[in-house]
Amino acid sequence: MNRHYLDFEKPLAELHEQIEKLRSGSEEGGPGNQKELDRLAHKVRAFEEEVYDKLTPWQQTQLARHPERPSMLEYVEQFVEDFVQLHGDRAFRDDPAMVGGLGRIGNREVVLLGHQKGRNLKTRVIRNFGMAHPEGYRKALRLMQFAERFGKPLVCFIDTPGAYPGLGAEERGQSEAIARNLLVMSRLKVPVVVVVIGEGGSGGALAVGVGDRILILEHSIYSVISPEGCAAILWKDGSKAPMAAEALKITARDLLELGVVDEILPEPLGGSHRDMTRMSRTIRDALVRHLTELEKLDPLERVELRYKKFCKMGIFEE
Amino acid sequence: MSWFRRKLRKLTTTGTERTQIPEGFWIKCAGCKEIIYRKEVDSNDRICPKCEYHFSISVDERISLTCDVGSFVEWSANLTSGDPLVFKDTIRYRERVKRAQKKTGRNDAMVIGEARILGWPAVVGVMDFTFLGGSMGSVVGEKITRAAERAIERRVPLILFSASGGARMQEGILSLMQMAKTSAAIARMGERNLPYISVMTDPTFGGVAASYSMLGDINIAEPGALIGFAGPRVIEQTIKQKLPEGFQHSEFLLEHGMLDLIVHRKQMRETLGRLLTFFGFKEAQPVA
Repeated sequence: MNRHYLDFEKPLAELHEQIEKLRSGSEEGGPGNQKELDRLAHKVRAFEEEVYDKLTPWQQTQLARHPERPSMLEYVEQFVEDFVQLHGDRAFRDDPAMVGGLGRIGNREVVLLGHQKGRNLKTRVIRNFGMAHPEGYRKALRLMQFAERFGKPLVCFIDTPGAYPGLGAEERGQSEAIARNLLVMSRLKVPVVVVVIGEGGSGGALAVGVGDRILILEHSIYSVISPEGCAAILWKDGSKAPMAAEALKITARDLLELGVVDEILPEPLGGSHRDMTRMSRTIRDALVRHLTELEKLDPLERVELRYKKFCKMGIFEE
Repeated sequence: MSWFRRKLRKLTTTGTERTQIPEGFWIKCAGCKEIIYRKEVDSNDRICPKCEYHFSISVDERISLTCDVGSFVEWSANLTSGDPLVFKDTIRYRERVKRAQKKTGRNDAMVIGEARILGWPAVVGVMDFTFLGGSMGSVVGEKITRAAERAIERRVPLILFSASGGARMQEGILSLMQMAKTSAAIARMGERNLPYISVMTDPTFGGVAASYSMLGDINIAEPGALIGFAGPRVIEQTIKQKLPEGFQHSEFLLEHGMLDLIVHRKQMRETLGRLLTFFGFKEAQPVA
């Protein structure tokens, strides 16, 4: 398989190449050969354990944006039964950067929605790299209200560089669309669980992110501004993004410490794309666990707890 | 006439550079580019006498233009920002805040309190753009939340004047979360059928526009104010084309259905008074 290697994974690429060569070069596989293979496999293992355990915030950012990183619809395919995708905001158009629909997780019907980046250049362009327009947020809003009306829990997936900054987006009220979702989500009486599966880019991410529980995959990020954008503003130099990534505290561990996320879901070594089946199982199990817990609460109590949860976010002195 | 031409192509003056004349006796109007006598602008509620361009005004000026004389009582003035990320760019965030405090005489970018407008009680909040660009961090978020909660407690309408570049980057993800927090606080007012009037002034952008500013039961803007989600420069870079004249101005937003009305600064108090009359919340409930 032609794997995509990130810059810091280059040594890994070389090791894999060597292994590949050895394997294809000698079909018979003498004992010396096998020894060499074992040695290389061991090196791979050691490298992976070393590197993925100590990723810098910038490396985490790269992993979170990995071109092979599984998207919402792939996870849905893995663990949602009888999924029916719904389309459109009933006002302007269907935004392919935001997807959603109905389905079943275990014995529970849920409404699902989230950002969808493409998987190859063609679909990435169609899906606008996961950057939604107002109609995308309004489609999400429609699904939220759908969940509320039929009393089904809402599961949201976050994976976006941000809301699209374009002319049409402004004309159609990008700010209003995002703001409206925040307002409505904060008062939904049904349980809301949010999972950050890749990139959590600013307001465009938060617009589907006001939940009772916020979960994040180990190598995902969530930030008020992209590291590149932050570096451009603060140091007038977009190439200082790695520094900004560090300063902004955007990794899963940082976010847990800041109280913005409730739980980190561990990823397979090297990232969720390395073993999507396992990742899907982890997400599914976490969703079931949290939904079961949340369903025990009275709806009004749940809303009040959600309000308190977000009220607590922020640090000030008086 | 070649000696009139600039020999070097590099010698160009950008439009923004030219309007940034230091504020002395004379100022250049950002609207009509005329040179006008500063005192004339000041005595005209900081509106250009030639083209009606609304210059930004201070929080105190805003309060005195809007609220009945001496009726404004501020709360939570002592709230100060923490430094959750221990953030440092060219200078430390703590230092940046200190400098802004020294410059503005305020602890953060938002002032909230209770006041009367033409006799009608209301909770009023005004953002201070001169404090780190009116950016919303934990303090601004907390103050808006408190303002909404007080409006609920006292059963009076809420009026917020926005002026902000957006979320305060130096507080990272916590500043983003203020969008959710403030919107939730506004939602609670709505559930209790209490009116919220949002007044957007120049400029209102990013996380502030995309949260409480756009959520008014009535959305108002001052004439010519720039309002939007993404800044014009970011949009130009993204779509790689020039933006149309008037893009993201109040008039553009009104045309596209994002605002209820554009109100001239001189008519603001009267308009707010008329709206408050409609809602009819005559007296605030005593504080429990």
